[in-house]
Amino acid sequence: MTNSNAPPARHPGANYLNSSYGVRSWLLTSDHKRIAIMYLIGVTVFFAIGGLAAALIRLELLTPAGDVFQAETYNKIFTTHGIMMVFFFMIPGIPAVLGNFLVPLMIGAKDLAFPRINLLSWYLYIVGGLIALWAVVHGGLDTGWTFYTPYSTVYSNGWVVVTAVGIFIAGFSSILTGLNFLVTIHTMRAPGMGWTRMPLFCWGMYAASIIQILGTPVVAITILLVGAERLFHLGIFDPAQGGDPVLFQHLFWFYSHPAVYIMILPAMAVISELVTAFSRKPIFGYKFIAGSSIAIAVLSFLVWGHHMFVSGQSVYAGLVFSVLSFLVAIPSAIKVFNWTTTLYKGSVSYQTPLLYALGFIGLFTFGGLTGLFLACLGLDIHVHDTYFIVAHFHYIMVGGTIMAYLGGLHYWWPKISGKMYPEYWSRVSAWVIFIGFNLTFFPQFIVGYLGMPRRYHAYPEEFQVLNVMSTAGASILGIGYLIPLVYFIWSMRYGQDAVDNPWGATGLEWETPSPPPTENFPETPAVTGKAYDYLTGREEAAVG
Amino acid sequence: MADATHAAAPGAPPELRHHFVDMEAQKEASALGMWIFLVTEVLFFGGMFTAYVIYRASYTRAFEGASNLLDLRLGAFNTVVLIVSSLTMALAVWAGQQGRKSLIVLFLLLTILLGSTFLGVKVIEYRQKFVHHEVPGPHFVVPLDEETHQPLPRQSEMFFSLYFCMTGLHALHMIIGIGLLLWLVARARRGEFTPRYNTPVDMVGLYWHFVDIVWIFLFPLLYLLGRHAL
Amino acid sequence: MHFFPEQASTFASHVDALYLFLIAVTAFFSLLIGVLVVVFAIRYRRKSPDEVALEVHESGLLEIVWTVIPFGLTMVMFFWGASVFFRITRPPSNAIDIYVTAKQWMWKLQHTDGRREMNELHVPIGQPVRLTMASEDVIHSFYVPAFRFKRDVVPGRFSVAWFQATKPGKYHLFCAEYCGTRHSGMIGWIYVMTPADYQAWLAGGTPGETLASAGAKRFVENACNTCHGEQKGARGPSLNGLFGRAVRLQNGQTILADEAYVRESIVNPQAKLVEGYPPIMPTFQGLISEEGLLQLTAYIKSLSPAPAAPGAASSAASAATPVPERKSTRP
Repeated sequence: MTNSNAPPARHPGANYLNSSYGVRSWLLTSDHKRIAIMYLIGVTVFFAIGGLAAALIRLELLTPAGDVFQAETYNKIFTTHGIMMVFFFMIPGIPAVLGNFLVPLMIGAKDLAFPRINLLSWYLYIVGGLIALWAVVHGGLDTGWTFYTPYSTVYSNGWVVVTAVGIFIAGFSSILTGLNFLVTIHTMRAPGMGWTRMPLFCWGMYAASIIQILGTPVVAITILLVGAERLFHLGIFDPAQGGDPVLFQHLFWFYSHPAVYIMILPAMAVISELVTAFSRKPIFGYKFIAGSSIAIAVLSFLVWGHHMFVSGQSVYAGLVFSVLSFLVAIPSAIKVFNWTTTLYKGSVSYQTPLLYALGFIGLFTFGGLTGLFLACLGLDIHVHDTYFIVAHFHYIMVGGTIMAYLGGLHYWWPKISGKMYPEYWSRVSAWVIFIGFNLTFFPQFIVGYLGMPRRYHAYPEEFQVLNVMSTAGASILGIGYLIPLVYFIWSMRYGQDAVDNPWGATGLEWETPSPPPTENFPETPAVTGKAYDYLTGREEAAVG
Repeated sequence: MADATHAAAPGAPPELRHHFVDMEAQKEASALGMWIFLVTEVLFFGGMFTAYVIYRASYTRAFEGASNLLDLRLGAFNTVVLIVSSLTMALAVWAGQQGRKSLIVLFLLLTILLGSTFLGVKVIEYRQKFVHHEVPGPHFVVPLDEETHQPLPRQSEMFFSLYFCMTGLHALHMIIGIGLLLWLVARARRGEFTPRYNTPVDMVGLYWHFVDIVWIFLFPLLYLLGRHAL
Repeated sequence: MHFFPEQASTFASHVDALYLFLIAVTAFFSLLIGVLVVVFAIRYRRKSPDEVALEVHESGLLEIVWTVIPFGLTMVMFFWGASVFFRITRPPSNAIDIYVTAKQWMWKLQHTDGRREMNELHVPIGQPVRLTMASEDVIHSFYVPAFRFKRDVVPGRFSVAWFQATKPGKYHLFCAEYCGTRHSGMIGWIYVMTPADYQAWLAGGTPGETLASAGAKRFVENACNTCHGEQKGARGPSLNGLFGRAVRLQNGQTILADEAYVRESIVNPQAKLVEGYPPIMPTFQGLISEEGLLQLTAYIKSLSPAPAAPGAASSAASAATPVPERKSTRP
């Protein structure tokens, strides 16, 4: 770590960005850092497509009548929004971008365990995404991202099989990423880095990878069967041939519920890093945060039936899934309390990453608590399939995961790009996003409880005021997302050069140059201290 | 490939990838990776097994009747073929550990031969079903019960849907396995496997044994349960 | 600005009470965390660039406290929610029957006297109403926000649920499970009337052919009567007085003959074979429409003396468990 009086270090030397030039050197790379950048571009593109679809949805919902799009078009738009966002942004998101970049650095390794498989997983992601996009462009799909049968297998006129293939291929990308992280974390930690010295970011990636490994294959086979049923008229989920639509739901949600924990565990992992770095003290309750990640991963597989309380499973199944769904909330609560206590008697610095982290803690707490409404049998009957549900999951996914993603992106941007982003605009956009987000989604809780169902193209007039508020919020939120896009790109050329450790944070990744060389560490580092070792004989840190 | 930019450490074996500390670490990572991959395969097949078990419980008579229409002799023959192929695969792994090139190639080729035999038998079985209109879809004709010669319940079509999906997916894994084995044969002939480095043979062996085990579950579930007395 | 739909059923107020409790807990913890976070961030803000934080040790006690308290609260929520759920899923025995067929993109409702309504339902207050619902095509969901009533209508099974209206008025009916192009057009109205008004409405219209008599016709059309006759040595069990009675199966179990049993026995007769009869009934899967199945069920119900069978309002496809007595304890 450099002395605060020294001029910012410049690194004209070789780093992973300038080690070789040309498209081939990127498309054939096996460097986890370059692959992370390629994923960053990919997820940003798919986020933009999904975001455009969201804008169109909110546009239509400004008025009660379905007067902007035809009904079938609207149905295709919300399906596109769901599929793009879930499979091509949220699931890969933090693991593929931040995880890929940081996990080897954080554990002192030169790369992931299987670098070429890492590259393969990027190609699978892109190919899967392009196939799904092809379907969108050639007429789209109108089943909703949930593909419920027999609508998807027998009645829909959209590109079911093509989209299913795209998602199937992307699923393999997810599996391979998870596999890579698990093996890397198990076998490639630097000497001295026992499990309890590992950064919590890696614990979060590890837990999410467990879910990716165990859950994704089930949705893969399910979607394969849906495609086979549609192509060959098989009838596995078609009641006219003796099939059971509820069996589809069980198989689908067996993955898709744990999937949301694939989305949130990495986000929580980022928040753990941000809270401790910007309090400049060890995180409170390290073991509990690590343990709760594993607990969430395990429990997440036991609650899928809470998506099906009204679809006809037995009363007793409902009871079991309800109580387990309440239990899975507890480890998340533990995390929130531990993060909050970390701030206590810390040295809190208000840089943009911390703003995102605090926003996450507030929004995730609130959104997570609204999940309890849904675990509650008596209440879920009324709010299931209404905008209450939509509001709940957007609070977690957008108010939670996306805020954490942006916070992490800002925190590690100096390391990734060697440049600083403009602090003023980053704070502005953090606030714009926070305000826009709440205005978009809070009214949806209210309109949902009032009875407005989801996936409605047109709605009764009495719901209009709340919908207008939501659309207004969405416009603000959209602007909020555009600002970082602009300044991150701007910073790559015009941003201030970053020092090795602009935040004065602990962690092996901060002991490399910004940006790091291709092989990360000239020699494998030896780890002697605890994680987040802020308080033992530190030198002064460079000021951010 | 970018790997070329990583200079090999002096004295390091050529097979050591740059990001691993030593061959031991590399082998450990490969093995863990393959085992985790096989776990994903268990879950992958598991979804279909679940659907099969649930429908079998709901439509027992239909499934039993349809199951009895499968050719038990061909199924049993295939089971033996696969088990023997696992033996030849294990012998290939052993030969790999010895670094005995001609033996490696021999046992790999035998495994390929046995695997191909399995697939050939499956082609015969599938053709039989096609001829008897037991393929689900628009040309399906409800088959007659073997013993009573009455039409089976209509849900027997569901049995065949699952039969084709499950055995079809299994056969696809066998084809991929044979492809991997051919790749190993090519590498073995180039003398790439030594007592120091034979991990690929080991890993493909794990995969092959797994595919074998899937069949060990498929065969009783599809062919044996509820089988009428021979 | 309304925050709640009207409360127009016996369970609406219970659901809302539970909702208010959860809002209170949510508000409390959100504010607690929000305030703490802001207070700590301000109180402990970094005052100089080189400032180092004070060490704060871990506290096992704190971890236990903030695990146990949320656990206790969630268990309260679970039990309260489960009790409201039981209230919602157990229809009383004196419910009147309405048969609902859902199809893209309309609701067809039939009273037992044959009166048909399209996208509308007239019911009296103070009378439990049991909906037996079937879908002709895809999954739909019958949702009446004012009643806090929702139940998916899944093709391939009967879905049974109930409500009792308490307040006259006109309330939204929505389809709440995405079902294709005109999903948001599959809406209607529930008209709740005072008993006097309801009688007047009943008297005003002409009832059509009852479901039961339509079912009787289908019974003959599909040759059911050739086996399920009354003569001695009939190949199938008699259906007179069957509905609502306990039935002994070949595997020794005894189950209740309810809507689910009747429907299943038509489409998958081998699932529950009655003791003393050969397993020769063919399956009518795919050969009779959902509406036809409803009609046959209504007909078979009409062959029994007691009109209403006590039945848990859970889905009819998870068939009945063995019961020692007449009460249905479907799992």
